[in-house]
Amino acid sequence: MPLIPMADKPILTISDMSIVFSSPDEADIEAVRQVDLTLTPGKTLALVGESGCGKSVTARAVLRLLDRNASIPRGSILFQPGGEAPTDIARLKQDSLPLRAIRGSQISMIFQEPMSSLSPVHTIGDQIDEMMILHEGLKPKAARERTVALLDQVGIPGARQRAEAYPFELSGGLRQRAMIAMALACTPQVLIADEPTTALDVTTQAQILDLLRQLQADFGMAMLFITHDLGVVAEIADEVAVMYLGDVVEQGSVYDVFARPSHPYTQALMSSIPKMARKAERVRLSPIKGTVPAPRDRPDGCAFTSRCPYAFEPCATVRPERTDVGNGHHARCHLLTRQPVEAVA
Amino acid sequence: MSTLLTVENLSKTYVLGGGWFGPARELAALTDINLTVEAGETLAIVGESGCGKTTLGRCIIQAQKVSKGTVTYHPKAGGDVELTSLNKRQIKPWRQDIRMIFQDPMSSLNPNMRVFDIVAEPLRIHKICKGRELEERVISTLEKVGIPAEAVGRYPHAFSGGQRQRIGIARALVLDPKLVIADEAVSALDVSIQAQVLNLLEDLKAEFGLTYIFISHDLGVVNYIADRVVVMYLGHVVENAPTEMLFERPRHPYTELLLEALPIADPLRRKGRKTEVRGEIPYLGNRPVGCPFHTRCKYAQDRCRTEKPALRPINGTAQEAACHFAETLDLKGAYEDAPAKEFA
Amino acid sequence: MAVDTMTPVQAKARAIVPAKRESQFGLMWRRFRQHRLALVSLWVVAAFYLVAVLAEFLAPTDPSAYSARYTYAPPQGIQLIATEPDGSWSFQLHVNGYKTEIDPVALRRTFVIDPEERIPVQFFVPSKPYLLAGFIPMSVKLMGVTEPRAPFYVLGADRLGRDLLSRLIHGTRISLSIGLAGVTLSLFFGIIIGGFAGFYGGWFDTAVMRVVEFIRSMPTIPLWLGLAAAMPKDWSALQTYFAITLILSLIGWTELARVVRGRFLSLRTEDFVTAAQLDGASDWRIITRHMVPSFMSHIIAAATLAIPGMILAETALSFLGLGLQAPIVSWGTLLQDAQNIRTLATAPWLLTPGICVVVIILSMNFFGDGLRDAADPHGR
Repeated sequence: MPLIPMADKPILTISDMSIVFSSPDEADIEAVRQVDLTLTPGKTLALVGESGCGKSVTARAVLRLLDRNASIPRGSILFQPGGEAPTDIARLKQDSLPLRAIRGSQISMIFQEPMSSLSPVHTIGDQIDEMMILHEGLKPKAARERTVALLDQVGIPGARQRAEAYPFELSGGLRQRAMIAMALACTPQVLIADEPTTALDVTTQAQILDLLRQLQADFGMAMLFITHDLGVVAEIADEVAVMYLGDVVEQGSVYDVFARPSHPYTQALMSSIPKMARKAERVRLSPIKGTVPAPRDRPDGCAFTSRCPYAFEPCATVRPERTDVGNGHHARCHLLTRQPVEAVA
Repeated sequence: MSTLLTVENLSKTYVLGGGWFGPARELAALTDINLTVEAGETLAIVGESGCGKTTLGRCIIQAQKVSKGTVTYHPKAGGDVELTSLNKRQIKPWRQDIRMIFQDPMSSLNPNMRVFDIVAEPLRIHKICKGRELEERVISTLEKVGIPAEAVGRYPHAFSGGQRQRIGIARALVLDPKLVIADEAVSALDVSIQAQVLNLLEDLKAEFGLTYIFISHDLGVVNYIADRVVVMYLGHVVENAPTEMLFERPRHPYTELLLEALPIADPLRRKGRKTEVRGEIPYLGNRPVGCPFHTRCKYAQDRCRTEKPALRPINGTAQEAACHFAETLDLKGAYEDAPAKEFA
Repeated sequence: MAVDTMTPVQAKARAIVPAKRESQFGLMWRRFRQHRLALVSLWVVAAFYLVAVLAEFLAPTDPSAYSARYTYAPPQGIQLIATEPDGSWSFQLHVNGYKTEIDPVALRRTFVIDPEERIPVQFFVPSKPYLLAGFIPMSVKLMGVTEPRAPFYVLGADRLGRDLLSRLIHGTRISLSIGLAGVTLSLFFGIIIGGFAGFYGGWFDTAVMRVVEFIRSMPTIPLWLGLAAAMPKDWSALQTYFAITLILSLIGWTELARVVRGRFLSLRTEDFVTAAQLDGASDWRIITRHMVPSFMSHIIAAATLAIPGMILAETALSFLGLGLQAPIVSWGTLLQDAQNIRTLATAPWLLTPGICVVVIILSMNFFGDGLRDAADPHGR
């Protein structure tokens, strides 16, 4: 059953995936709890949540970039490029050939801090050439031609000269563009963007968001966009999944989720951001009470129980099911299954 | 309303290099800043990184020496105190009136001191009270910002980011200040915690009659909390206006650019177009001649490349802008004319 | 004000403020304990220093008491079980006596252990009165032979028939204390000079760092040799001791000054230091209350790592005959006896001080590493 009904066939399907961190001293922590996500070519899925909710870990799991003490004990990450047999990335061996073939060429990733993924001792051009030579067996000359075209496409002015530049010689925005160019070097089918605009100024952020939208239209890749900023989500996403403390509490099309947030956490998140409104229409913010509990204090039931204004009997102990609220829009909340009963009563 | 603080012709220049080898280079971080802060208002200073907003905050509170110009404080009792001309000892009493909240709740609290001592430190330095009176004052201040008395014996690492920021606020408020400079005080916090702290700042302002200088890059937050907004670009004030006027109809193209780039948390208002955000902030060292913004301005004309516009009131209103064409340009604001649909 | 007139807030404050939570040092100790090797090393180091403090009590004999009869007597080794000729046995702590043999080839007189002769050994034997650690009058030793003239050389004897164990124990005191004293002196200079440089910066910082670089660029051994050689020969043992300490710390302070300066520089930009400045705190208060406690743990770690260098330097100097001189006993002066290969062939036990040096240096380094990691779990 497709989780979010779409016209296109999904290219990456994460189903029932859990990520567990183990440490010698303490009990294992289930950082991500039975998550279902689907990526479709040409569409952007935004994964949104506050720090520590597991959004970055989920994204890294797709490329198996997790630390040694993390494991994926259950669930699957099915990667199915058009017409090919699906590969379960979750079951591939760490650093195995099939995994390395996928990494960087079919699925690639961009990060918040470009300096962390660009080598400081090689020029930008050399680094992008390298990707093409390695994954596609291009000749250096041909690779450089494509690199320059790509740098031009990501909006780096004077691409041929800038290809000779080292990362530190570029501004933050240009560096981010160079990293995007590198991620797109082998025309991947899936692009994972982990907070790519968080460290940038708002004007640069707008440029990068535009660029990503444009590139998606050109290349048709599926995009998994990790962010904590609901404004950015509204700008770029087609679908959105809201995470809280390892759970995807709500997901659906961006219009549905913003129009009818169905989980109390999503509702609270939305009323926590100041509206762009005149003084007369100004409403006082209604923040979520308390703070996010530590993962080990998470109740067996709904993770949001301790801060939820509507929490009632089964919330702390029984995990709410994924409930369809229409049009492929799901939420995990007991209220959704209780309300009809009350209406009847 | 009376004026609480006046900044006149303030400039800050950093000298780089100039050791034993090589010539020194000058870097102008702030150029000729003029502004006033009225008692009881929340004045926001906004701009992108490197625009000088943090430097301005630090120059106002005298954490950094200014290179030129004056900062004058007008305490309630009347009279002018020119903070920039005071030495360390002379300025100490005024440090009680002007306080600061820092951006990073991790590094702004001494990790080796217990919360009680962190908040008590200013009282001890100024020898305001001691013994039981001190304890009472510290604890009641902490309770006002939402830190329970049971927690005062703990060290900062035992608290979450939001709680630490509350402790930082308590440290600023324990001296009963008049003016509080909040430097990106909510930027490092998660959305839900940010809302808590914004509400807290608002409540405290009402309770203690505070004046805020709110330094931020987040225009959404600024629209929510500020009465007046100062927009900075490359060390210059380019616009200074009451919040609603500025967001309704900006008078400087840079303000328009900022508002245009601001993502709105509503997909129905998605800017489904190629954003007209152009170029990047030039490096401070090779600042353009003429209007500092002309390299990125889509309305720029020859005059902008040679002549620097002065900050001036536009059409006799409270809105000031530093643009040659401020009166005539029809710039787009951030408010939607038809208010966005309200969702239940 | 009586207790019953306290407001609820005051009462709460009373109840809470004294409650001490885990401090920086508490955290550090918890992290340190996870470092096995460092923990073991801590015990080794502690044991060595205990030996140094209790030297007079632990040493069986006077380290300078010589006996021409027992030149190069080999180690006796303490026996637990005494076996009678008839095959019966009993527990009896004892050492064997020596008998003399003439080496048929070299025609040299050598000592061999005589298993026939048993000299009983006892704990807490009475001795000549002495002052433990210089001020506690005692007249008992941990271990010794009851017969006054019987030989007792657990680790063997040197050329003058002096007990190596006793000399080693007394040498431990000198060698370890010189390391500690040298580091203390270095720390003093290092913190003051490095602190000034780091806190005030400017030309003083530049000047100090150039001096530090100059000193560090000099080859140390010739420098020490020169300084030690310039020391008047007629100085008393104590004067030489302090002069050597001073010479060692002349180099040692530079490293610590660098560490202190670095910490000051990085702390100066921390927001909590700015906050203290904006509180109106004086420089002195900022340094003592806000900055120093924040890097004390780093300084302790750096100092611990500096001690082995001091000990090695002292040993090297004394070994070359330029540091401490007899009658002062240190590991270096003890090893001086082992300079000659022929002596070593006859009396290899004279190398024992070398083993001590290796063990303490390794332990100190592991201990210091552990401390450093515990003080700063993220940075290296």
